Amino acid sequence: MADTTAPEPTRRDFIYVATTAVGAVGVALAAWPFIDQMNPTGSVLAMSSIEVDLSPIKPGQQVVVTWRSHPLFVRRRTPKEIAESRAVPVSALIDPLARNANLADDAPATDKNRVESKAEWLILVGVCTHLGCTPTAFEGNFGGWLCHCHGSQYDTAGRVRRGPAPQNLAVPKYAFLSDTRVKVG
Amino acid sequence: MTGPSTYKPTTNFTRWLDSRLPILRFANDTMTTFPTPRNLNIWYTFGAILTFFLAVQIVTGIVLAMHYVPNSDLAFDSVEDIMRDVNYGWLLRYMHANGASFFFIAVYFHIFRGLYYGSYKAPREILWILGVIIFVLMIATAFLGYVLPWGQMSFWAATVITNLFSSLDQVIPHLGTTIVTWLWGGFGVSNATLNRFFSLHYLLPFVILGVVALHIWALHVPGNNNPLGIEVKEPQDTVPFHPYYTVKDAFYLSLFIIVFAIIVFYAPDVLGNPDNYQQANPLVTPPDIVPDWYLMPFYAMLRSVPQKLVGVLVLFGAIATLLFVPWLDTSRVRSGNFRPLFRPFFFLFLIDCLLLGYCGSQSVDAAWNLGVFSIPLIWVARLGTIYYYAYFWLVLPIVGLVETPLPIPDSIARSVLGPRAAGVAPAE
Amino acid sequence: MRKTLLVLGLSLAATVTFAQPSTDALPPKHVSFSFEGPFGTYDRGALQRGFQVYKEVCSACHSLNHIAFHNLSEDGGPGFTDEQAKAIAASYRVAAGPNDQGETVDSSGRPLTRPGTIADHFPPPFANEQAARTANGGALPPDLSLVVKARAGGPQYVYSIVTGFHQKPPSWFKVLPNKYYNPYFAGWNISMPPPLADGSVKFSDGTPDNLDQEAHDVVTFLTWASDPRMEERKRLGLGVMAFLIVFSGLLFLSYRRIWRDAH
Repeated sequence: MADTTAPEPTRRDFIYVATTAVGAVGVALAAWPFIDQMNPTGSVLAMSSIEVDLSPIKPGQQVVVTWRSHPLFVRRRTPKEIAESRAVPVSALIDPLARNANLADDAPATDKNRVESKAEWLILVGVCTHLGCTPTAFEGNFGGWLCHCHGSQYDTAGRVRRGPAPQNLAVPKYAFLSDTRVKVG
Repeated sequence: MTGPSTYKPTTNFTRWLDSRLPILRFANDTMTTFPTPRNLNIWYTFGAILTFFLAVQIVTGIVLAMHYVPNSDLAFDSVEDIMRDVNYGWLLRYMHANGASFFFIAVYFHIFRGLYYGSYKAPREILWILGVIIFVLMIATAFLGYVLPWGQMSFWAATVITNLFSSLDQVIPHLGTTIVTWLWGGFGVSNATLNRFFSLHYLLPFVILGVVALHIWALHVPGNNNPLGIEVKEPQDTVPFHPYYTVKDAFYLSLFIIVFAIIVFYAPDVLGNPDNYQQANPLVTPPDIVPDWYLMPFYAMLRSVPQKLVGVLVLFGAIATLLFVPWLDTSRVRSGNFRPLFRPFFFLFLIDCLLLGYCGSQSVDAAWNLGVFSIPLIWVARLGTIYYYAYFWLVLPIVGLVETPLPIPDSIARSVLGPRAAGVAPAE
Repeated sequence: MRKTLLVLGLSLAATVTFAQPSTDALPPKHVSFSFEGPFGTYDRGALQRGFQVYKEVCSACHSLNHIAFHNLSEDGGPGFTDEQAKAIAASYRVAAGPNDQGETVDSSGRPLTRPGTIADHFPPPFANEQAARTANGGALPPDLSLVVKARAGGPQYVYSIVTGFHQKPPSWFKVLPNKYYNPYFAGWNISMPPPLADGSVKFSDGTPDNLDQEAHDVVTFLTWASDPRMEERKRLGLGVMAFLIVFSGLLFLSYRRIWRDAH
C-alpha cells in the first residue's frame, strides 16, 4: 500500500485562509469601539484630579470632599494626634505597609510615610478597606475613625488597629500647590 | 425545497449534542447545505445585508443605551455627550443613525426585487406578508428612534405624526383625541412621551427579529425564488448555500459596507436634517417639518390630500395595499424578465416612488419654476399618489390578464450552465 | 382624445401661478476651509485665533454650552497644553454651589461664583433665556456649540452671515426696526448687529486682522466646537476604507474561485 501524505496546500486554499484571517482581524478591530465605549469618558477623567482649599480647616477638624466618586478625608491633625501616631511601633500594626500612592509599595506604615511634607495634613481615601463603608471620624478607641458597618477602627494616621479591615486607609496621590491648596489625584 | 436532513455528526461531542439540541443540524440544514437556485443575481443579496444591518442596529443601539438619558431635559445633552465624550461615541451614534438609512436602502431594494421577480406569488404569499409586517415595524422603530435625540425635528415630527390619530374624531367623536392623549401621556409631546418611546424603541427591534425568523422559515419551506421565476426541478438547478452564497453575500455585503463607511466617516450628517441639531422647542416650529428621507414618499402622499382623515387613510392604505399584492397580480408568469407589458409600468412605478420622495422632501408650497409659470409640487405629489394606487389596484390586475409573456426557459441549470448542465454535480 | 387633452391641459393650467420676488436667503458664499474634504484637518492657528474671536466678541451674547475647558487640550482641537487649558478655565467664573452656610448668593444678591476648572463647561453669558432676551431686545442669541451643524450650508453659511452685513438693501426691501439687513439670512432681517469688522480683534501671532480672516478663523473654531472629533473620524475612516478595500478584494477572489465552475 502506498504512503498517503496530506495534499499540498493549493493556491485555492490559501485565498480562503487569507480571507478568513483578514475577516477575523476585522471583527476584532471592529469589536474594540464597542468595548472601549464603556471605559470612563473624557469628562469623567477630567474630574480625576481636584484641588482642595485648606484655609478654612482648623486644627483638629476634618473636611470630607468627593474625589473620584468616593469620600476623601482631609484632616488637620493636632500636635497631640501626631505624637500619638508617632508613638506606635510599626510592628504593633495589623497592616505594616504605608499604602501611600506617593511612595513605593513596600514603604512601612510609619507616621511620616502616611503624610506628605506637612505632617499636620492627613489626606486619606475615606473607604473602609473591609467592604467599602465610610468610617466616621473622631470615633473609636484610637482617636481616628470607627467604621460602623463591622467595627473596624483606625488611628490618627488612618492605620487600621482593630479589624475586620485588613489594610490601612489608602493615601491618594497628592501634592501641595501652596500652604493652603492641595491637588489630589 | 427542504428535503430530509443530510447532516451527519462525526465526533462524540457533536453526536451527544445532536441528540439533545440539534442546533448544529439546524445550522447545517438552513445555512450550509440548503439548496439555493444557482442563478440568483445581485438583487437577491439584500436579505443577507438586511440581517447584518439588523444586528448592527441592535448592537449599536444597546451600547448607545448605556449612555443615553430618555428625559426631555437631558436627552439632547446626553446625545452630545455621546458624540463628544464617550470613547468612540461619535462612531456608535453615526453608525446607528446612518445604519437606519442603510437598513431602509436595503429594504427598498429587497422589496422592489420582490415586486419585479414576482417573489410574492404562490406559494410565497405568507413570506411576502411577513415582509410587509417587518417593513411596518421598521417604520415604527425608525419613527420612535428619531424622537429620542429630542431635537427640533424629533419633537415636531412626533407632534405631527401622533396628531394624525386625532383625525379619528371624525369617525367617532372624541376617540381620536382620547387616543392621542393616551399616546402622549399628557397634553402634547412631552417627557412622558419620550420615555415611553424609548422603551418601545428598545422593544420593537426584537419583535422584528422574531418576525424575521418567521420570514426566513417561510422562505425555507418553498425555497428561494429566482430571476427566471421558474421552479427548481432538479438538483443541478441549485447549489448549497455554503460556500456559494455565504461567500457571494459576504462579498456584496462588503461593498455595501464600503458605501456605509464612506457616509459614516466622511459625510455622516448628509442624510440627516440640520434642524435636529437644535434642541426641541415646543414654542417654535421649524419652517419645514420633514421626516428622514426613507419616509418622504409616504409623507408626500399624506400631504397631497387636504383632508386630514383621508390623508391618513391614503398613507396607511399605501402600505396596507402591499399586503394584497399576491392576489392583485393576476399574471401566471412570475418574473418581470418575461413580462414585456409589465416592465415599463414597473419602472414608471419606481420613478414614481422616487418622485414622491422628492416631493416629500420639499416644503408644502414648493413649486417647479419653469420660466414664467410654476407647477406646485403638491400636484406632482397628487398625480404620483394616484399612480401609486393605480399601479397596484389597476395595472397589476389588468396587465396580468391581457399580457402576452415572452417564452419562459424550462430549466435553471441549463440557462446558467448551458450545454454543460447535464454533467454537473453540485459542489461539496 | 382631444377633449381629454383639453381637460388635462386646463386642469394643469388651473394649478400654475406666477413667480414673486422672494426674500429667501442668498446661497452661501464660496469660501474654502482647511478642514474640508476626506483628508481635511483643523488649522491649529485658525482654531486658536478663532477661540480668541469667540472669547473677545461672540461670548458677550452667545453661549458655548457643550464645550468643556478640558476639550481645549484634547487631540484634534486648538492644541492648548493641559496647563494652558487649566489657566483658561481659571480665568472664567462659573456658578458655584451653596457655601458652607447654605447661601447661594453673595451680600449684594448676585449668585455665588468660583474660578472654573477643566471639568467645567464654558459658562453662558446670561443666566437664562429671559435674561438673554431682555439684554438683546427680545431676540435670543443661539448657543454656538452646534451652530455649524445646525444650519444648512454649515461653515459657508455661518461665514456668509458673519460677513454679509454692510450691504445696501434693494429699494423695495424694508429693514425692520431693531433689525439689520443681511441677505444671507432667511427673510433678510437679522436681529444680530454686525459682530465683526476689520481690526475687531488683535491677533497675537501677527496674522492680519481683517474681517475675512476673523470670520474665517471664528468659523473654523465653531466648526471644531460642533465637531471636535472630526480629525479622529477621518483618520479612522482612512484605515477602515483601506481594510474594507483589501477585504472586499479577498472576498471577490474567493467568490470567483468558488463559482468558477458553477456558472
